[in-house]
Amino acid sequence: MGLRDSEFSLICDLMGREPTYTELGMFAVMWSEHCGYKYSRPILSYFSKYKEALEGEGLENAGIIDIGDGLGITMKIESHNHPSAVEPYQGAATGVGGIIRDIFTMGARPIALGNSLRFGPIRDGEADPAIVDRNHYLVRHVVEGIGGYGNCVGVPTVCGEVGFHRRYSGNPLVNAMCVGVVPLDSIATAGAAGPGNPVLYMGSATGKDGIHGATFASEELSEDSNDRRPNVQIGDPFAEKLLIEATLEALETGAVVAIQDMGAAGLTCSTIEMSSKGGVGMEIDLDKVPMRESDMTGYELMLSESQERMLAVAHLGREQEVIDVCRKWGVPVSVIGTVTDSKRVRVFRHGKLEADVDATLLTDHCPTYTTDLEEPEYYREAQAFRLDSVPIRGLEVLPQLLASPNIASKQWVYEQYDHEVQTQTAVGPGAGDAAVMALRGTQKGIAIKIDGNSRWVYFDPYVGGQLAVAEAARNVACTGAMPRAITDGLNYGSPEAPHVYWQFERSVKGIADAAEVLNTPVISGNVSFYNQSDLGEVPPTPLIGMVGVLEDASKRIRMDLPADEPLELLVVCYPVRYTKHEGLGASEYLAEIHGIENGLPVPPDMEGERHLCEFLVQASKQQLILCAHDVSDGGLAVCLAEMAIPNKVGIEFSTEQVFSVQHLRSDSKIYGEFPGMVVLGVQAGKLGPCMQLADSKNLQIYRCGYSGQAQVAFVLDGESVNLEQLALAYSRIIPENIEVL
Amino acid sequence: MKVAVIRFPGSNCDQDALWSLRNSVGIEAEYVWHESDSLVGYEGVFLPGGFSYGDYLRCGAMAAQAPILSEVRRFADEGRPVIGACNGFQVLCESGILPGALLRNEKEKFVCKTVRLRTISRASAWTRDLPETLDIPIAHGEGRYIAEAATIQALEDSGRVAFRYEGDNPNGSLDSIAGILNRKGNVLGMMPHPERAANPVLGKTDGIAILRAFELVVA
Repeated sequence: MGLRDSEFSLICDLMGREPTYTELGMFAVMWSEHCGYKYSRPILSYFSKYKEALEGEGLENAGIIDIGDGLGITMKIESHNHPSAVEPYQGAATGVGGIIRDIFTMGARPIALGNSLRFGPIRDGEADPAIVDRNHYLVRHVVEGIGGYGNCVGVPTVCGEVGFHRRYSGNPLVNAMCVGVVPLDSIATAGAAGPGNPVLYMGSATGKDGIHGATFASEELSEDSNDRRPNVQIGDPFAEKLLIEATLEALETGAVVAIQDMGAAGLTCSTIEMSSKGGVGMEIDLDKVPMRESDMTGYELMLSESQERMLAVAHLGREQEVIDVCRKWGVPVSVIGTVTDSKRVRVFRHGKLEADVDATLLTDHCPTYTTDLEEPEYYREAQAFRLDSVPIRGLEVLPQLLASPNIASKQWVYEQYDHEVQTQTAVGPGAGDAAVMALRGTQKGIAIKIDGNSRWVYFDPYVGGQLAVAEAARNVACTGAMPRAITDGLNYGSPEAPHVYWQFERSVKGIADAAEVLNTPVISGNVSFYNQSDLGEVPPTPLIGMVGVLEDASKRIRMDLPADEPLELLVVCYPVRYTKHEGLGASEYLAEIHGIENGLPVPPDMEGERHLCEFLVQASKQQLILCAHDVSDGGLAVCLAEMAIPNKVGIEFSTEQVFSVQHLRSDSKIYGEFPGMVVLGVQAGKLGPCMQLADSKNLQIYRCGYSGQAQVAFVLDGESVNLEQLALAYSRIIPENIEVL
Repeated sequence: MKVAVIRFPGSNCDQDALWSLRNSVGIEAEYVWHESDSLVGYEGVFLPGGFSYGDYLRCGAMAAQAPILSEVRRFADEGRPVIGACNGFQVLCESGILPGALLRNEKEKFVCKTVRLRTISRASAWTRDLPETLDIPIAHGEGRYIAEAATIQALEDSGRVAFRYEGDNPNGSLDSIAGILNRKGNVLGMMPHPERAANPVLGKTDGIAILRAFELVVA
């Protein structure tokens, strides 16, 4: 079951006896890395909110951002990596379903989904043909699974990213994010209360699928993993849609005391956590659980991860109100037990006591482990890396860089997702640096971004962690929204390997420190370890989900340059940090054009990042800028191309003023990945106030060129390239490789 | 006037329809549950998009059997305004109120993007005052309109093709048909979502003219 001998002994000591088979299964899932955070808890305490929550009332309400107007925002990321590796459609689909339940269980209406995906190479020649084929299959089916679930359930998928690297071949990453809105006075709780109150099961019947899914998530993938397909749950988005409506309507009645979704570890996790949080116990009669197969054992019922289920506690005498709502929506519902004052969860099947355990033993006594930190050899090599032998290339390689699958347009992906249902999407995928939702019933807007760059994190985990936060915040601010809070998805190899634990510790520290400076606390998150297979371990891949608030959604800023209006192009930044690798260390340019993955990324100036965000928010509020896009993978050249391509707008641009250092390589200027740099499109009449505002924030601002000239040329530092050629390179690489013809 | 927005289990554009009617066009609108058997007090019907009954049998097939459909059929027969968008169009076809059927997109993928529609027929109050072209979002996996050749011919001849896709045909519909009308011209079925193009903050407003036509069909 995945427990160690020492853990089994601890369980016997805690219980004062040997556990029953069902109890042992319950401990195994609750103490899995997936649920128990055995290796991550000591490190996650770097996050101030997490630390406060552990010392205080628990994590639950740490996850709400007050945006004013009586509204709160809640959000979370969750990984579904291992299920997606063996059964990509269902793995991805149920990942989406699970994260949506995490949101509406708080009484919030889910308003947006995002996702971050990582796959192995999709181009011929980059890996064994069988592996490339398999990667195509995974991409197609993961994307289809995300769409299949999200589209049907009626929550728009508004943002995301897709990255490729050979080290994801055996173990793709599928992280889903959901954002919800809840009136602050109607936040639901998971803490059960009121001895005598009935415990209700709401949702689809329990079957034998997904048994021990949480344990599966907590071990390495191997050749036997395909046998794990029965561990993967099957999603039913229609059932979820009904469950959303039934849950929110049931909560509105006021008859519900507490509610929690049944996700990982199903009935075990929900009964144990709700009891533990509320300081109460429960008696559960499993015979009353709606079942798909009547011959299910107590063990199977407690461990099944069948989807689209909730556990609720109702006020005694008001359970009928909940039942009526469920019946209206066609959601199966059953009273399966009672809250007790014993603090024990007692579970019966066919009248036999299957489990009788103090809930807090499972929630509060899970042992934690740490591993020695070991700085890997490659980190020292990266510091010693020298650029001297790397030939300098110019604008002629920009089409090739735009055709790197990491940079290329993901239109093929996001067109398969309904990104407009609920009609609140003011900036959708591909249109801005972050998605913007214009919330109904308020003038406010919510900007959402999910982002991560594993190459930066691999070569310098601390700086990579900082950069991930800085970039997500910058992206959100580029739409005009003030970054407010973070949810993180932390994906790594085995925490038992000292170099992986070092990657984990350093990158989490980087995230935590950066979040502190930006005043964007990490309010929720997910840790996924053991992302490795016969093909090696994944690079460290922390993902940052960032949410920001716009006071007026109609003032949101897009990134595409308008075709009908010539604009001045400016760069706003804090003083460029000239480091040994000149912005080319760990860059996409070095990897794609020169085949070199080495060197160090440029560390951000987090105070400068904060000023930059403040500038962008002010500039949007005062309507001083029309377009904004940050410099990231591929440097200024790619940034400008992404602004020019959508409406096929010609530009002329010079980096001369931005980089004042004479000896800087010319490829650094156009392809260097410098943090804290944003390109703005500004109307001539707004130049003065825009530049003054930058001054007031101690930022540098340079007039570098203009857009919207009659010619469709893309001119950068005196070199010219055909815009059509850029657009073609950017748009066709993903469908050409993935599409089945 | 007051419009009934029909809610089936699995409808997911019901809120969008209600909000756009009320807030973008200023038409009174209320939800009507699929199990209801009366539309008394309403003057028009909006069959919204989504995945009624999960689309598990065939898109719109289960919804076409819902109790409320007999009332929708009565509205159609009496010349009252009825619009079905996306899944609503599928329901109208499955119930026989409109001819033809909607199959899986030619490329076998769900597609969500804004497309340009060309207004073809002016014979109906739904389309009479619309501009030549409209930019309206689509979001469907099964929007390929088909019908027998004779039916298509009849639709063309009698001015019942409301809209065609301009440029790329996003789903492989016959003759790029994006929306059709019934004989009386009071029932409009279309795959694109007018309710999604009805809010300036979202940057799209071409759907407002279509929603506003509810009042013209009544008159």
